[in-house]
Amino acid sequence: MKKPKLVMVGNGMAGVRTLEELLKLVPDMYDITVFGAEPHPNYNRILLSPVLAGEQTVNDIILNPLSWYAEHHIRLYLNRKVVQIDRQRRVVVADDGTEAEYDRLLLATGSTPFILPVPGNQLDGVIGYRDIHDTETMIETATRYRHAVVIGGGLLGLEAANGLKLRGMDVTVVHLSDWLLERQLDRTAGKLLQTSLEARGLKFLLPKQTAELIGGEAGRVTAVRFKDGEEIPADLVVMAAGIRPNAALAEASGLYCNRGVVVNDTLQTYDPRIYAVGECANHRGIAYGLVAPLYEQARVAANHLAGFGIGKYQGSVTSTKLKVTGIDLFSAGEFIGGDGCEEILLSDPVGGVYKKLVIQNDKLVGACLYGDTGDGAWYFQLIREGHDIHEVRDHLMFGENHLGDAGHAGQSKAATMADNAEVCGCNGITKGTIVKAIQEHGLTSVDDIKRCTKAASSCGSCAGLCEQILIATVGGAADLTPKTEKPICGCTDHNHASVRKAIKDLQLTRIPDAMRALEWRTPNGCATCRPALNYYLISTWPKQARDDPQSRFINERAHANIQKDGTYSVVPQMKGGVTNAAELRRIADVADKYAIPMVKMTGGQRIDLLGVKKEDLVNVWKDLGMNSGHAYGKSIRTVKTCVGQEFCRFGTQNSTQMGIELETMLANMWSPHKVKLAVSGCPRNCAESGIKDVGIIAVDSGWELYIGGNGGIKTEVAQFLVKVTSADEVKQYTGAFLQLYREEAFYLERTVHFLHRVGMEYIQSQVLANAEQRQVLYERLIYSLEGLPDPWAARIAGAQAHEFIPLTVVEPTAPVAEKEMA
Amino acid sequence: MMRTWHTLCRLEDIPVLGSRVVKRAGGDIAVFRNDQDEIFALHDKCPHKGGPLSQGIVFGQTVTCPLHSWQINLTTGEALAPDHGCTTRFELKVENGEVLLAL
Repeated sequence: MKKPKLVMVGNGMAGVRTLEELLKLVPDMYDITVFGAEPHPNYNRILLSPVLAGEQTVNDIILNPLSWYAEHHIRLYLNRKVVQIDRQRRVVVADDGTEAEYDRLLLATGSTPFILPVPGNQLDGVIGYRDIHDTETMIETATRYRHAVVIGGGLLGLEAANGLKLRGMDVTVVHLSDWLLERQLDRTAGKLLQTSLEARGLKFLLPKQTAELIGGEAGRVTAVRFKDGEEIPADLVVMAAGIRPNAALAEASGLYCNRGVVVNDTLQTYDPRIYAVGECANHRGIAYGLVAPLYEQARVAANHLAGFGIGKYQGSVTSTKLKVTGIDLFSAGEFIGGDGCEEILLSDPVGGVYKKLVIQNDKLVGACLYGDTGDGAWYFQLIREGHDIHEVRDHLMFGENHLGDAGHAGQSKAATMADNAEVCGCNGITKGTIVKAIQEHGLTSVDDIKRCTKAASSCGSCAGLCEQILIATVGGAADLTPKTEKPICGCTDHNHASVRKAIKDLQLTRIPDAMRALEWRTPNGCATCRPALNYYLISTWPKQARDDPQSRFINERAHANIQKDGTYSVVPQMKGGVTNAAELRRIADVADKYAIPMVKMTGGQRIDLLGVKKEDLVNVWKDLGMNSGHAYGKSIRTVKTCVGQEFCRFGTQNSTQMGIELETMLANMWSPHKVKLAVSGCPRNCAESGIKDVGIIAVDSGWELYIGGNGGIKTEVAQFLVKVTSADEVKQYTGAFLQLYREEAFYLERTVHFLHRVGMEYIQSQVLANAEQRQVLYERLIYSLEGLPDPWAARIAGAQAHEFIPLTVVEPTAPVAEKEMA
Repeated sequence: MMRTWHTLCRLEDIPVLGSRVVKRAGGDIAVFRNDQDEIFALHDKCPHKGGPLSQGIVFGQTVTCPLHSWQINLTTGEALAPDHGCTTRFELKVENGEVLLAL
């Protein structure tokens, strides 16, 4: 069958990124043709400023060399501008007469510099700043002429001015507004920036309006005249007064355009065969000019071109950074403020630091930072995710560092770290290694960094720091989609939420069925997605879905915890941390009989037998005569208790008994991640209830329940949920919350992250406000758990025997013949 | 050295997308089976830190080491990028439903 034809007009970053995403999804679906008006393969337009400033070369900024196009069998027409789209014949025509038929057309024509409509704008020496050609013209001009005038004090104008100054020209920036970067900075920060640039030798005229460009005899510009009559010499005029979506081609072909080619949330134009991405597209009234939104558009467009039909582009919150070495500024969101907004300001003009945070309804909605931008990424995250900042408001201005550094989840200032500083403590990866990988391989996400360098791929506590390094290295090109919204793994485009929903809606109960229904790209998934799918199936359809041992991590298959030498550890259940002489005797006997190298107390008030050989496991369990303590699984672990009322002179309730009852209720419970509980008999909290998934603290008048605590990588204090009076209520509320977590959290999401994602209000609405819903959740938990066998008992009875019995080599049967040797 | 075929087990004794271990003085051997009923045998030692590959999750022609998630190609014994390393491969065949290992 002949492949459908995909033609792309425009060979820039947004377009080529769309092709890359498309090829990842469906490598062979289309016969692809690309037209590029420039003579270069796709390059990183953002890095033109460093090229102009002499910090990088044109070769450094090529993103896709010609060999990339060849490798993917893409027909590439460089130096050919498409001048016509014939939508009836479905053909595009280039200026040299080259024609290409299309079944799908992708417009990625980018933007054009806005050239001021003033007399003289056609003179020699008057240029925009858009591509390699313009950059080369500027570099060449700087060697022969002296006076440069940059019209426009925006990001592009300032970067051009800085570069020309570094190339030795005398540079004046002319700007229409009262201060520089008026769309990125407020007045105060704009003035600080101006002072700092003036110290570098740049001159500024503002507010100033250009009236005319004056030409000399040779037809080259010689001066700029302003509305107020002033005139300054100019051998080069760079128009950097904004960009306009380049939609002329689309408009001429009758596509609906309005300041850009108008597209819907799937990046489709009014002609369903034609898509548009990047700076030429107008999405919900906005034509984006920054790279991060364009890359988001590329992902969505590719998905639809691949025929998957999943994913919507719903607009972006953007942030900006100025790429002028030595000047740090950052802004995001609604940083100007205004009615209904509150502002927090820090201003130190002498020290060159200015920060402004804009808050609305207890949420951070904008940030403008100058001089110290180390917390930009954190603020940006708060803005994008709309977190309630009420609790941290006092400290907000002082940055994330100020909130505590345990787990350093990105709070260290990536930009100021030395190259040899270790970022990933698990795998020993330094900042320098990560930065090099980002630059050499064009990485744009933390996932890319994980894949390429292994940093953040183990415990993950440095993922935030990696994100900061990414932002500091590539700026706006960083893909900061939260992990929970990303596809589960490379096998699929679905994220955890859509997989969970599909399993429920389509009543999927087997992994192969789920993979088929959700169009998995790999025949049997991978070590990331299969355990997740298995959990989603058994938690959504208890008693219907069959657990698949081969899709479980070895610990959950062997029901013991694998150690570095391949032996296992065995932790028998001791409900509430309570044991007795008979159990201790059996444990001691087992330790002797199987020569167990270490017997150790765990943090969860149990006894750990370390160094057990796998083939001994079943016999060890049999001799112990105790239940599994599930110390190895994404499951209920233990309920830690203090002695409570029975013995303690401060105890207010029987916390030990409460712990035992909870552990009995939750026996054999699988969950998205491990679940730890604690019950303390008084607010002195000896069982450390404050850092447990569910922590219970007894008070004289009843029990207080706390949820979402965590003592792990980053210590998180549990949040108060409710106070109840009876033991039955403790069980019902605990059960209801845990069932909500089991049904709605994503695989490997701890309760604290689940709580952050869905919000306390949602949990209250499900577990507190609605008594009926609470009871339903509780009953579903009990239903899911009833009848589940103790896994050790099941294996003693013979289940999964092959797991524990090694094969032996029997006597040789026949020599290997020559021809059989590989 | 001349090698000989040794009978191990029946094909169905190895779980689909799973493995069995052959205990041996010269180092354990992991025998894998995928969902296409292809079988593979590797020295049961990850080239990274010696993890028992037999305990990993199997998919396609790959196994993930249970210790630090290195991915090892079952047909070549080589680690997949970004990791580097290789573990020894052994010849296997199935005859009349019996799995035979060349040693």
